[in-house]
Amino acid sequence: MPANPNMKILIVDDFSTMRRIIKNLLRDLGYNNTAEADDGQTGLPMLQNGSFDFLVTDWNMPGMTGIDLLKAVRADENLAKLPVLMVTAEAKREQIVYAAQCGVNGYIIKPFTAATLKEKIDKIFERIDG
Amino acid sequence: MCDSDSHKEMLSIAKRLVAELEAGNNDQATSLVDELAHIREGELFQEIGKLTRELHSSITSFEIDSELCDITKSDIPDAKERLNYVITMTNQSANRTLTAVENAIPYCDALHDKSVQLGAEWKRFVNREMNADEFRQVSKTLEGYLAESEEQLDAVKGALNEILMAQEFQDLTSQIINRVIKMVDDVESHLVNMIKATGSAPVAAKEEEKGKLEGPQVPGLSTSETVNGQDEVDDLLSSLGF
Repeated sequence: MPANPNMKILIVDDFSTMRRIIKNLLRDLGYNNTAEADDGQTGLPMLQNGSFDFLVTDWNMPGMTGIDLLKAVRADENLAKLPVLMVTAEAKREQIVYAAQCGVNGYIIKPFTAATLKEKIDKIFERIDG
Repeated sequence: MCDSDSHKEMLSIAKRLVAELEAGNNDQATSLVDELAHIREGELFQEIGKLTRELHSSITSFEIDSELCDITKSDIPDAKERLNYVITMTNQSANRTLTAVENAIPYCDALHDKSVQLGAEWKRFVNREMNADEFRQVSKTLEGYLAESEEQLDAVKGALNEILMAQEFQDLTSQIINRVIKMVDDVESHLVNMIKATGSAPVAAKEEEKGKLEGPQVPGLSTSETVNGQDEVDDLLSSLGF
């Protein structure tokens, strides 16, 4: 069973195909309440106005990158506690460590599987609820 | 013939020439002068040979340059077009596949839900928990389900075929990418030849920009600075207390 099937999730990725894949995987996991943005610049105002419960973001995007979006979220007192899962192709150790230092809740590298996505989401919400 | 050898030979001929002239032997003197001229000619031919070789190697290296020019003028823009086409084709295929999946999922959901419902009702019937009216109702539902499922399964099969056909890009994109790889190989070997011809010392590699995004990892090209797969990400994060 999903952590909270009604939670509102924002998916931020510059590639529409990746957004569609994540959206379909989330729906298969029981999360139907999703919205999409193509980079941090469009995603941040949506987060600020939209009472989202969870953010899934790519790192490398034009405009505003995922790491900058993560920093902006952590710096905004209304969003600071929003769980953030990064789904990215960036695989350098120092970058993963940096994302952790910036307060990411989970880190998935592409290419990834449906099982990995489920596992990370479950883990994030287990920790928050527990 | 090296310089000092020809110098010695010319000197000895010159000495003999002086001796023959002093002795009044004009014929011998003339043949010695011819010999001197012959030595001079030999040197000239050698010099021309050297020039010819240099000219030839210059022309050859110029030809390499002009081939490289052709590559930069036509092959590289061409390769960009080709690679853009690869992006277009893979994008189209991904969208076509996703659309087919998104179209098929509601049918699968409907079939699943109806099966669950009918399964429960069938169980009640088997357990003799159903009266005749209810059974007539279930029979109707079952009849409808069988007709619907045929249609829905056809639609799902159609979607699967669509997904199958959406993979046709792979053959074409591989061919295009192979051609671009060959072009990059050609450029590389031309550049290596030019460096060999000019004998320039290699320029020190630029230091890597810090914090630069590297993009997707390619199997076999990862370094100790990058992780190999999700397990290593998880290990790294758990070592940080995640």
